[in-house]
Amino acid sequence: MIRCWIKSGAPWIWLNAAAVSTCLIMIIGVLGLVAVRGIGHFWPSQVTQFSYQEDDGSIKTIIAEKIDASVTPAAMAKATGFKMADNEETLVQYQLKTGNRDITGIDFRWIQERNVKQQDTPVEIIVVERREWGNFYGRLVAVKENGTAIASGEKAWSVLQEKLASTLSLFKDIIRLEKKDIGTINYGLERLRLKEKKSQLDNQWDDAAKKQVAEERAGLELDYKRLQSQLSELYRNIKRDSLVVETESGAEVEISLSKVVRVYQPNAMSLFDKMGFYGSKVVEFLADDPREANTEGGIFPAIFGTIMMVIIMSIIVTPFGVIAAVYLREYAKQGFTTRLIRIAVNNLAGVPSVVYGVFGLGFFVYILGGNIDQLFFPEASPAPVFGTPGLLWASITLALLTLPVVIVSTEEGLARIPKSIREGSLALGATKLETLWLTVLPMASPAMMTGLILAVARAAGEVAPLMLVGVVKLAPTLPLDANFPFLHLDRKFMHLGFHIYDVGFQSPNVEAARPLVYATALLLVLVIVGLNLAAIVIRNNLREKYRALEG
Amino acid sequence: MASKEVRTHAIDMNSILRGQGKKAAEQNEISIKVENLNLFYGAKQALHTINMEMPKKRVTAYIGPSGCGKSTLLRCINRMNDLVDSARIEGKILLDNENIYDKSVNVAALRRRVGMVFQKPNPFPKSIFENVAYGLRIQGINDKRILEETVENALRGAALWDEMKDRLNDNALGISGGQQQRLVIARAIAIEPEVLLLDEPASALDPISTLKIEELINELKEKYTIVIVTHNMQQAARVSDYTAFMYMGELIEIGTTSELFTNPKKKQTEDYITGRYG
Repeated sequence: MIRCWIKSGAPWIWLNAAAVSTCLIMIIGVLGLVAVRGIGHFWPSQVTQFSYQEDDGSIKTIIAEKIDASVTPAAMAKATGFKMADNEETLVQYQLKTGNRDITGIDFRWIQERNVKQQDTPVEIIVVERREWGNFYGRLVAVKENGTAIASGEKAWSVLQEKLASTLSLFKDIIRLEKKDIGTINYGLERLRLKEKKSQLDNQWDDAAKKQVAEERAGLELDYKRLQSQLSELYRNIKRDSLVVETESGAEVEISLSKVVRVYQPNAMSLFDKMGFYGSKVVEFLADDPREANTEGGIFPAIFGTIMMVIIMSIIVTPFGVIAAVYLREYAKQGFTTRLIRIAVNNLAGVPSVVYGVFGLGFFVYILGGNIDQLFFPEASPAPVFGTPGLLWASITLALLTLPVVIVSTEEGLARIPKSIREGSLALGATKLETLWLTVLPMASPAMMTGLILAVARAAGEVAPLMLVGVVKLAPTLPLDANFPFLHLDRKFMHLGFHIYDVGFQSPNVEAARPLVYATALLLVLVIVGLNLAAIVIRNNLREKYRALEG
Repeated sequence: MASKEVRTHAIDMNSILRGQGKKAAEQNEISIKVENLNLFYGAKQALHTINMEMPKKRVTAYIGPSGCGKSTLLRCINRMNDLVDSARIEGKILLDNENIYDKSVNVAALRRRVGMVFQKPNPFPKSIFENVAYGLRIQGINDKRILEETVENALRGAALWDEMKDRLNDNALGISGGQQQRLVIARAIAIEPEVLLLDEPASALDPISTLKIEELINELKEKYTIVIVTHNMQQAARVSDYTAFMYMGELIEIGTTSELFTNPKKKQTEDYITGRYG
């Protein structure tokens, strides 16, 4: 009976199906966890006011967001030191985000449910999202201008909205002035300094050159002074307004509006308001720079850096891999040496990625970059230009890492093209080169794209080598901007993968940053999926065009 | 079907036999001359001292059992065997009295003069127009008018124009096998070669397509010297003026088709054409 069942092949099919299901469940589980945690992070949660009896018996008010709950069996709770009554079977604890880190010194705390005397969600509680020190929870007391209260009580909320809007637009102006306008001037001054040093080194530092540099510098400094006065004016204005908030303990705290990103009353929000709030948070996450050691704000530079690096890597690795594969498959004499090379190439794919990072640092950055600096940028010394980790070296290192993938799949593509097609072309008087360019390579292009897709998927997710050759925690400028030569391959950049590691494990406030880790991970997956989809669409078009001969 | 085949066969044989006398009167110019050709694949000898002549604007057929070297000999004429690493060739092949194995010969230019059609249709994955224009584009001809004219003439020459004139931009992989094979012939004659080598051009086709190809060969010999390899003795009898019988890498006998089929000089030939082996 059982033998019959085994012979029928059914168990084997069941085993296969089980393996597939396990894989599917794991993938869905990973993506689901990341998606749920990441997407949920931006939803405004209720703020609860607790009357809580502390261990010493005193009753305190706590205003906080409920983050997490845990249920511990009585025996286990006893073992960890909690006093448990006989009739209690479990110990329920809540993790609270209490905020107000500048006052209390902590962001999060655990409380026991049995000690909560009363809890409710008053609508007037406000959450102040600040540029420093995280969230602030409390009740709005008054709005001040130049230190004198202009609104209090019920009117204060609407006045606050107006004042905040104008302050935020001032803040935007300041950022634009500092980053863009003054940034451009600084960039120009730096170029002038290098120009001066270069002409001194070249012994061309004559009066004409001196005069020209001095004139340009004077012009830039004039601009700078003008912008500087604008800037100090803006700074005066932005510091004018402030709001006064009453904390849970009844103390009043004054917060300058220049330090505020947004203020909201989560308990008063309708579903529609919450959706609007969610949208604005997501936009901020995607489009803004990070704040507070990367634990708040957006991750735009990391998204930009990741995509930029992948694109540059693709531009480097594709021609390289294709040319190498064409030589190996079409021109090299097939024999022991080619076999050896092929084995070596295949094994390169198995080298741990951090080893590539070490190689990139040792060879590209120090040797290659150091020599480039000596030859072409002597004026910059002792500051390195290319002799330090940067976008170019990171891209090249990853190109090296993904080269085997491109070579192998291109070779497979070339091998799949029927001999009859090549002979047909040669018989018409085409040379080998013409046959290759006009017929063979176009037909192998889908395979090249497959290689590129695999390369992109691998490179976009790689972190270890990048830590050695160019990725930083916080890059002050993007590698692409409006200053000539626009693409700055020597700059360091931010990367989503490294950002996840940095936010999750290196930030001063790991607890507060954890949801961001999930959100960033989700985004990294989305970016890779997006890059891959783009490549897959191109490949499918090519495939349709160069559909191989049947049989 | 069978009776039609036989009838076509009979008509073709008759027309060949009738034309024989007229052709014999003409001075037959020699297009290709093979002199003491030996070919080795590594240590194995595949062709043994072949000597033969193929006249201009005539159809010469190679027949013989599988593996006898007829395709190999054919591929020597446009130096396709150069692509096989292990192949080594001794002797000469003269095309218009020039040795094509001379060191000074440009192989690509030679292949422009000696076109080839393979056993399986091998159109490029491009449009029908681009397939036919391929050889011209390689020669650097990109003038649209010239290309259109040449493509039309070539397709007419391959009796394909009427079927294809409305779908020149369709992918060549979308047409039937027989059409593909005629397209490949059109592609070959678009660059106006002197010689056309056909390597079992109808072996992968159905009877009707085969018939069309054979009719086409009859028309093409007005302009080109044709060498055809075939497994099918009836086909050789129908389309060729001269037939060469090969066996085990040796040329056993060559003569006019009527003579070889009706009155073979060698016993091996007779055994083969009467079906005693092969």
